[in-house]
Amino acid sequence: MSQESAVSALEPAPLVEGPQDFNTITEKVCSIVEAPTPLAWYVFFAIASGCASMLLFMLGYLVWTGIGVWGLNNPIGWGWDITNFVFWIGIGHAGTLISAILFLFRQKWRTSINRAAEAMTLFAVACALIFPGFHVGRIWVAYWMAPIPNQMGMWPNFRSPLLWDVFAVSTYGTVSLLFWYVGLVPDVATLRDRATSRIRAMVYGALALGWRGSNRHWHNYEKAYMLLAGLSTPLVLSVHTIVSFDFAVSVIPGWHTTIFPPYFVAGAIFSGFAMVLTLLVLCRQFFGLKELITMRHLENMNKIMLATGSMVGYAYAMEFFIAWYSANPYEKFVFINRAFGDYSWAYWTMVTCNVIIPQLFWFRSLRTSIPVMFVISILINVGMWFERFVIIATSLHRDFLPSSWAYYTPTWVEMCTFIGSFGLFFMLFLLFVRFLPMVAIAEVKGVLPTANPHPDHRELHAEAH
Amino acid sequence: MADKIFGILAEFKTPASILDAAGRAYAEGFRQFDCHTPFPVHGLDRAMGLAASKVPWLVLGGGLTGGSCGLLLQWWTSAVSYPLIIGGKPLFSYQAFVPVTFELTILLASFGAVFGMFALNRLPMFYHPIFRAPTFHRATDDRFFLSIEAKDPRFDVARTRQFLEAIGGENITVLEA
Repeated sequence: MSQESAVSALEPAPLVEGPQDFNTITEKVCSIVEAPTPLAWYVFFAIASGCASMLLFMLGYLVWTGIGVWGLNNPIGWGWDITNFVFWIGIGHAGTLISAILFLFRQKWRTSINRAAEAMTLFAVACALIFPGFHVGRIWVAYWMAPIPNQMGMWPNFRSPLLWDVFAVSTYGTVSLLFWYVGLVPDVATLRDRATSRIRAMVYGALALGWRGSNRHWHNYEKAYMLLAGLSTPLVLSVHTIVSFDFAVSVIPGWHTTIFPPYFVAGAIFSGFAMVLTLLVLCRQFFGLKELITMRHLENMNKIMLATGSMVGYAYAMEFFIAWYSANPYEKFVFINRAFGDYSWAYWTMVTCNVIIPQLFWFRSLRTSIPVMFVISILINVGMWFERFVIIATSLHRDFLPSSWAYYTPTWVEMCTFIGSFGLFFMLFLLFVRFLPMVAIAEVKGVLPTANPHPDHRELHAEAH
Repeated sequence: MADKIFGILAEFKTPASILDAAGRAYAEGFRQFDCHTPFPVHGLDRAMGLAASKVPWLVLGGGLTGGSCGLLLQWWTSAVSYPLIIGGKPLFSYQAFVPVTFELTILLASFGAVFGMFALNRLPMFYHPIFRAPTFHRATDDRFFLSIEAKDPRFDVARTRQFLEAIGGENITVLEA
């Protein structure tokens, strides 16, 4: 091995592969949006929007008939609805983690994947909001959750974790939307400047707000973007913390634990990265983005999944330890019942998918294999859905009084609603990849070696940051 | 309106050349000038002599407003307007009000960042004379532009044009207001 190749083996892989200049990045990303719509897009869109309309019918049926069309009973008042809510909101967290936390840590590899991940966040939050929204039963009085002066002279109960959740999730959705849009403005301006038809120039022109790349604007823009990242970081950690308060602040054995906030946040990041990976593996394959979304990106995400998956595994073990160590008979019963009771099939599915399977990522050959990581990412999503289901159903179905013990099975309405939420998610994502730049053009240009005006001081600058 | 001039625009090919050009324009005494780049170029803020951004103050203002109004809202609704004892806790059980106060702090601070940034940049602004320059569409692709505005006291069409040529500007365009 020559000295040169030994040195290059130590250098990190480039963030963007192949001979690239600023124009090739623009071309590569914009051409996806500007090319004629591929037939496959129509096929996928038809399937996704079909499922999304099923969601609409299911929700309409629920509102028309009443909450009884779901399989909820007493004591199991939360079922697939809240499971799906926590599942979707958790998926969203990876988008904010990639866009905000990795930005603050100057992890420049995030630039190729942050746009798509943020879009995923928004669509996941949209799906999540449906479930608690309709779970309230009388959706037409959902505005009672907002502190609006009313003729009843009543106010929401600000001591309730469920109300904290309303504020947390709506703030999260709003801030994520703003963050995403701020990032999009310069790229939409690129699309506006390349527009060949009047309608494109008008629509992208309106969205770009007249952005002209002015450095006096970039100056404020960069500051605002950095501060937004700084605000989003505690926000994203608070959101799943508050979601976990929905459970942890109650007195139900199996829910009332202090480990819930960090455990939920780790699980959210875990499931979110799995979903980002599922989507990006498909996108880079279909849209020829292999030079922008490189194996390095995928491998880094797999490493994060391995880390967060192990944290989740630790939390599962710690819950059992505390159930025993607390010497609380109810707590102990719930956990034994969780692993060996009526829902043990769900529990062991969860453990297999979330704890055992991600350990395969210790092997470099497996974590750099596209088919392996794709399958694992889907299994993780399955496992994380089961995690929420296990937490909710197993803690509720054995109440303090054995006379109220019950078993919960979802009805076809709940199943179709859940499938429909996937339809909505993929429909929105397909619209996004069709009409908006799915890679942050300006940011990727900024990490090219040629973007640095003083290449001699590269190391110096890297250190100064 | 042909006699009214907004400024002069020059095109540069690389981040290094726009950085150099901005530094020279500043050294020449120009203050009403701007650079237009497809991405933020490192060091350009200092070369142009830009003062620190005011965005952080707007974020701070937003955050303080959100936090204080959020706490005030919860105190007034829970302890004054609709006092209701829950779990034997005091009416103003501020510990329970932390999450909502926090979320509203973040929400309004983010509004300060986003809407404050757009307001400071005077966006949206859908018409600007610079858009009429024939190659300006490349400012969002792969070219770097320097514009010197007519309102700068040192501005003079012929001499500013010469200056831009001397520092290596190409496709020099006089922009009509």
